[in-house]
Amino acid sequence: MLDKDAHSHHISQQFNTELDAVKTHMMEMGGLVEKQVSDAVFSILNADSGMAETVKERDKLINAMEVSVDDECARILARRQPAASDLRLVIAISKAVNDLERIGDEAGKIATQALALAEAGEPSKGSVEIRMIGEHVGRMVHDALDAFARLDVDKALEVAREDKLVDAEYGTAMRSVMTYMMEDPRSISSMLNVLWSLRSLERVGDHARNIAEHVIYLVKGKNVRHVGLTELAKHVEQ
Amino acid sequence: MKAQALSLDKMGRTHREMSLANEETSLEVNDLNLFYEGGKQALYDINLTIPKQRVTAFIGPSGCGKSTLLRCFNRMNDLVDGCQINGEIKLDGHNIYDRVVDVASLRRRIGMVFQKPNPFPKSIYENVAYGLRIQGINKARVLDEVVEKSLRQAALWDEVKDRLHDSALGMSGGQQQRLVIARTIAVEPEVLLLDEPASALDPISTLKIEELINELKSKYTIVIVTHNMQQAARVSDYTAFLYMGKLIEYDTTDTLFTNPSKKQTEDYITGRYG
Repeated sequence: MLDKDAHSHHISQQFNTELDAVKTHMMEMGGLVEKQVSDAVFSILNADSGMAETVKERDKLINAMEVSVDDECARILARRQPAASDLRLVIAISKAVNDLERIGDEAGKIATQALALAEAGEPSKGSVEIRMIGEHVGRMVHDALDAFARLDVDKALEVAREDKLVDAEYGTAMRSVMTYMMEDPRSISSMLNVLWSLRSLERVGDHARNIAEHVIYLVKGKNVRHVGLTELAKHVEQ
Repeated sequence: MKAQALSLDKMGRTHREMSLANEETSLEVNDLNLFYEGGKQALYDINLTIPKQRVTAFIGPSGCGKSTLLRCFNRMNDLVDGCQINGEIKLDGHNIYDRVVDVASLRRRIGMVFQKPNPFPKSIYENVAYGLRIQGINKARVLDEVVEKSLRQAALWDEVKDRLHDSALGMSGGQQQRLVIARTIAVEPEVLLLDEPASALDPISTLKIEELINELKSKYTIVIVTHNMQQAARVSDYTAFLYMGKLIEYDTTDTLFTNPSKKQTEDYITGRYG
């Protein structure tokens, strides 16, 4: 089992510094992505188009951060030829920043829907669903990053479990939105904005689960993509 | 494919067992202990099997016993005064330490290449033909054929075919090492032992040797000792990590370099303090 100091204590201090730096940069990116999700949800719930614009603008920064962290990973691979848990760390970071960037994209899409809803100016149904799922997936992103920082596979497993719940909540929310549409066909246009936002939030949950899977790969050395929860739990216990 | 891998995992078998179970064994080491003069123990209870026509690498810090273990395979340690060996090493099922074993013919079956290229001060041709000549084979046609075949196998033929009768000492270090490999395989051994074969060579010559190792494994069982972990990772199918005379971990190279099971292995291959 890896402990949280697992990636220090190399004979080469420079290598320690490089691994620390790339981890820190990924976490900084993670913090910003977390904020993007909560701000995007805030903008849609409060019809705050200013906030929605900010979210869309900040997505460019997130894209740049992904490129920069990926470059760092490539440099470490080329110059250090890392092995074992060091290699898995670099691979996991490179994959995780990809998921973080995609979460950023989803936040941007939610902000776009927020702008459309704010322009229509009508108070929208569906905000309960957006708030609930928004808070849920926001927590998942936070926990997935926390699990990464602490190399905590139990927490990573929890995130994967939460994703199942989000999928169920999303199914329920879809049914509610369809009911609203049938009740009031004039709301279809705004309900579509809600629906796209819910879809984006559900995708955020999927990406959080992916990050959790990267944590399990990093700590256990097992590739657990495309396995069910029961199998995942077994890998974590071993 | 995935289902098979998972079902094997459920049986609790490691990747090494999964792979070695499908391999033919070339060398088998059982409870090997080695003592140098004065009772200093250099190897402790070594047990491992070397699969046929695969590349197996021994890695570990200086003095861990990897070269000592390699030298046991063709009884080079017999030449060391006061060296005592317990346990057995089987080649194709027969203990090479049996009294009846003729060491000269054993060394023909298990050839060895050292760190520093050691061509004889003779022509390129005579270096390769040497092993056959001492077996009493002197027919020019046979020798020509073997020399060409061996030099081709050692990826050296095109470079030297027009100067076969020049002195081998005029070749570059990388060429000399490939010549030594050609000399070793001219007598058609079953196993090739390579003791740091590229550590005295430049990066390009090193890559040529590594490429050669990859070519040769279709015919020979290869055991390589190397200080260069990336080299072990590049060329070998299996890797054994030794530390202070003990075999710490032995696994497929893929597993050992991505997910070793012992902390000592992890610390060594990632360059950490113990």
